Amino acid sequence: MTGHANAGRPNQLLRNLHSKIASIPMILTAVVIFLGGTLWTVFYSFTNSKLLPRLTFVGLDQYERLWSAPRWLISIQNLAIYGVFSLIFSLVIGFLLAALMDQKIRFENTFRTIFLYPFALSFIVTGLVWQWILNPEFGIQSVVRSLGWSTFTFDPLYNSDIVIYGILIAALWQGTGLVMCLMLAGLRGIDEDIWKAARVDGIPMWKTYVLIIIPMMRAVFITTLVIIASGIVRVYDLVVAQTSGGPGIASEVPAKYVYDYMFQAQNLGQGFAASTMMLITVAIIIVPWAYLEFGGRKRG
Amino acid sequence: MKLRLLAAALAATVVLPFGAANAAELEVTHWWTSGGEAAAVAELAKAFDATGNKWVDGAIAGSGGTARPIMVSRITGGDPMGATQFNHGRQAEELVQSGLMRDLTDVATREHWKDIIKPSSLLDSCTIDGKIYCAPVNIHSWQWLWLSNAAFKTAGVEVPKNWDEFVAAAPALEKAGIVPLAVGGQPWQSAGAFDVLMVAIAGKDVFNKVFGDKDAEVAAGPDIAKVFKAADDARKMSKGSNVQDWNQATNLVITGKAGGQIMGDWAQGEFQLAGQKAGTDYTCLPGLGVNEIISTGGDAFYFPLLKDEEKSKAQEVLASTLINPTTQVAFNLKKGSLPVRGDVDLAAANDCMKKGLEILAKGNVIQGTDQLLSADSQKQKEDLFSEFFATPTMTPEDAQKRFAEIIASAD
Repeated sequence: MTGHANAGRPNQLLRNLHSKIASIPMILTAVVIFLGGTLWTVFYSFTNSKLLPRLTFVGLDQYERLWSAPRWLISIQNLAIYGVFSLIFSLVIGFLLAALMDQKIRFENTFRTIFLYPFALSFIVTGLVWQWILNPEFGIQSVVRSLGWSTFTFDPLYNSDIVIYGILIAALWQGTGLVMCLMLAGLRGIDEDIWKAARVDGIPMWKTYVLIIIPMMRAVFITTLVIIASGIVRVYDLVVAQTSGGPGIASEVPAKYVYDYMFQAQNLGQGFAASTMMLITVAIIIVPWAYLEFGGRKRG
Repeated sequence: MKLRLLAAALAATVVLPFGAANAAELEVTHWWTSGGEAAAVAELAKAFDATGNKWVDGAIAGSGGTARPIMVSRITGGDPMGATQFNHGRQAEELVQSGLMRDLTDVATREHWKDIIKPSSLLDSCTIDGKIYCAPVNIHSWQWLWLSNAAFKTAGVEVPKNWDEFVAAAPALEKAGIVPLAVGGQPWQSAGAFDVLMVAIAGKDVFNKVFGDKDAEVAAGPDIAKVFKAADDARKMSKGSNVQDWNQATNLVITGKAGGQIMGDWAQGEFQLAGQKAGTDYTCLPGLGVNEIISTGGDAFYFPLLKDEEKSKAQEVLASTLINPTTQVAFNLKKGSLPVRGDVDLAAANDCMKKGLEILAKGNVIQGTDQLLSADSQKQKEDLFSEFFATPTMTPEDAQKRFAEIIASAD
């Protein structure tokens, strides 16, 4: 009855009621599982929970232990190296491939499939494949040696100093195809007239790319960055498949620390503290930037 | 996994209405997947099937470190299996304390486990607050050095009789292109090897002070410094053994590509499966030939609390089957481990097992590190030693300092 009475001024809440009802499950999932789970984790990271969660607060002890654990420090360092290089290389290689594909080449579909194909493989498969390729006794090293260079050494997975780069190679092989596709979609979205105008003005092709096209593809770059960045922070399975964190603890990553301490060491508190640190890292990078990017546009 | 569970559930619904009064299917999870281990676990399954019940094998590959989290999450997540392996000691402590595991005291008193099971520390590790929660199935000792006779022959040196001779023989082995000491990349292997060195070089008292009393001063002291010196030797000798799994490392010894391996007596199952004979093809040195002491850790089966009454009954049957003398002999011969009861006849045991039985009879035993340390401290130790063994630039002094810190904060 009240609905009829208010018919004159439509209630904002009741507009599109069907779609709002339909999205309730997703909203609940997001709030309860993502937000609730996150808060629960952060909360319990201040306790000394072992195998099962329990409410005995120990203040910042878990964090103190975390930041004095050599393995955690190595993990962070590895993540930084892996993150910076994988961001730079997958963007550069992905964009270059996309730009080359955009030259109206023959068999574009075939090439696109070939480059994108590794992305269809899981990290576990990728990791195992590259473990074999980089194995000094079966892979690249033995092939090159059998060609005559008998002192050639290439065993990144067995050398503590460069093991993280061995993982990086596999990650790039797997991920650049997707970046290429995203970039290609972005390039295809650029109006043909812009190219024509640039050509009429006599601007060289590389300059057109750098000064005109890339700035126009800002949105695509941001989407790509977010996708790559989230992939970097949660890197886990690739390391497990390729090196299990070895040699020693030289290729450990934060996500693996979280898993190992939560489940193998039966120390939930320590694992929660580590995962909270991961969350904070992501938040520090993503939040201000997302605010500038997406929040800014709405107002402008 | 899911599919198999589903299949098992479907099969159960079909079978149950017609099934006999006390026949049930029990899913048993364990991490015995290497050749020798699988042969041993088949003996357990055979014995349990003979009681009219059905053993549904739930082997989880990838050794304990991978398997235990899966088992624990299934129990805490409300999808318990019928029975599961753990190393008895502290791995399942909290599961018991939160009431997720079944109390076996009734079965144990009925069958006089207290009188049968030797050494009694095995049952003590199953006992929490006076109640018994697990059925020990074997005694595994870590303190063994396995040597390949063929490798030493190739290198032209005698098979060593103790650790020092082994270290002295290392250069000759290296010259012959043989890795002196095989150490796999899994973290627990290097941590375990260190514990073995500690018992052999520093002795039983120091071991008990460090891991039993968690005495950080002893851990930082001169006795342990000697152990780290030996670990440094071991690290140099293990250079070049680019394998991950323990049985791959054992395989290097079996094929003569490596001189020796510090590994628990479960390695023996692999030698046996490869058709090798103790004494002629390989040599075993308990306590590294220095200090003949063995630890009495091992495997035990824990039984999650189930609602299904028939399955609960089957759990009791399984528990008593595991302790049964015939099962004990059949299982342990294949597994290369020692039986949990002193009254069984192991005439078929080989030389190495006989050595172990002798030491056991003399009472030269210590508790295993799984019984003394929490999983958390064990993990920290694993991190330290896997880093130590893979990083030639890390000095023994630095490593000892960190080791003492771990002991100081251990619980």
